[in-house]
Amino acid sequence: MITIKNKKNGQGLKRAVEELSGVDISVCFQCKKCSSGCPVARLTRSRPSEIMRQLHLGAGNELLESDLVWMCASCETCSARCPMGIDVAAVIDALRKLALARGASKQKGNVPLFNRAFLKTVETFGRSYEIGMIAAYKLGTGKLMNDTEKFPAMLKKGKIALLPPRGGDRKTVRRIFKTVKQNKEAKA
Amino acid sequence: MRYAYYPGCSAESTARDMHQSTLAVARALGIDLVEPKGWTCCGATAGHQTDRLLAVSLPAANLTKVQDMKLDMLVNCAACYSRMKVANHEITSHSSIRQGVREALDRDYDGSVKVRHLLEVLLEDVGLPAITKAVKRSLNGLKVACYYGCLLVRPPKILKFDDPENPTSLDRLVTAMGGTSLEWPCKVECCGGGLSLSRTDVVVELTGSIIDMAASVGADCIAVSCPMCQVNLDLRQQDINKQTGKNYQIPIVYITQLLGLSLGISSGELGFNQLMVPASSVLEKIHERA
Repeated sequence: MITIKNKKNGQGLKRAVEELSGVDISVCFQCKKCSSGCPVARLTRSRPSEIMRQLHLGAGNELLESDLVWMCASCETCSARCPMGIDVAAVIDALRKLALARGASKQKGNVPLFNRAFLKTVETFGRSYEIGMIAAYKLGTGKLMNDTEKFPAMLKKGKIALLPPRGGDRKTVRRIFKTVKQNKEAKA
Repeated sequence: MRYAYYPGCSAESTARDMHQSTLAVARALGIDLVEPKGWTCCGATAGHQTDRLLAVSLPAANLTKVQDMKLDMLVNCAACYSRMKVANHEITSHSSIRQGVREALDRDYDGSVKVRHLLEVLLEDVGLPAITKAVKRSLNGLKVACYYGCLLVRPPKILKFDDPENPTSLDRLVTAMGGTSLEWPCKVECCGGGLSLSRTDVVVELTGSIIDMAASVGADCIAVSCPMCQVNLDLRQQDINKQTGKNYQIPIVYITQLLGLSLGISSGELGFNQLMVPASSVLEKIHERA
């Protein structure tokens, strides 16, 4: 069952999602094709079609706590199959950005932490650097031993590079990150 | 045939085997690959989940480098391929994005560099008859489940790669090499992609059903063209087996590795020793010892 709380501040969420994603939420007619094709919907409490409906009905920031927001694998099956051409995956991307901006606390899990660790290595080296990323990520999660049994074999097979990547145009990449940050601050 | 080859970050770590086999196959088929100097990360999933301008500017930095080379860009990583094409689309359809990218890169980019996936080049530019002719070792008797995953085919309106629900590019290549491509329903299912470390539980669940299906149709191996799919399906079989009590040992090979074998290139040169689930059964079938 779909329940809507905080309807009054909810309109702000719908507008913000529409602005970030370029999607017109109201054209969804609830055929549920997105939820049928969603590979993670069998594991989540919330489904893409329900998120669409809740947004339409004026749900507020509580929607940012939905487990789908951070369990979505960005496979884009929902967008590819929507008969109305709605980019549902862009709606979920928008919810992720809003969840970060508005500090939604629950259900975030480790995905934002992983994304930050990944992008930090890109900003530093111009290319992603797995060992640096994994170290920062594991320190953040506090679960240092997860998956470590696979490291020796991966190192031996050369599937993880020990040294940071070289040769990338770091200057341009740093400029990109700086501009994005300035843009965000200007909007805030 | 000359292209600006964008290897992507995985080529230097988890997918060195994809990179090596791509270079070996290109050499054998007379495809000239030139790396753009100073190429950088495309931002991957983390980029577009974080910020739209970041998600477009990171690929654009590479597209401008290729524009200066006056060549088409060739990509083998499905994730990079998708990000490059989406960036071009965003820049050509929204002037505000183009303006943002101009600020971020300190130069204008019009979104016009042509981005091709290696499979497109193999099928359209080289052509299947030429590939069949170049085959030195037939894959006869090898049953291959071709797995496309998400980012080769989605978003279909922008990528326009093959049929988004039932692609056949990999299958046609396998057939051209004399192998048997299997019919199975998981071609464009998702492996969990970038959730590999952050939501391993989800990835084990999704890859588990894909591996299970490949086993039930009798696949000798799964052929892929995406480093994230490869790592998830290869590395997580151990976890799947631990969780379900099964004993799956299905080699997850890059299509370029299979193609290399059929062109007579040694398994060592194609990086077969980098696979977590050993591909010795595959090599034996085509009479090549690891």
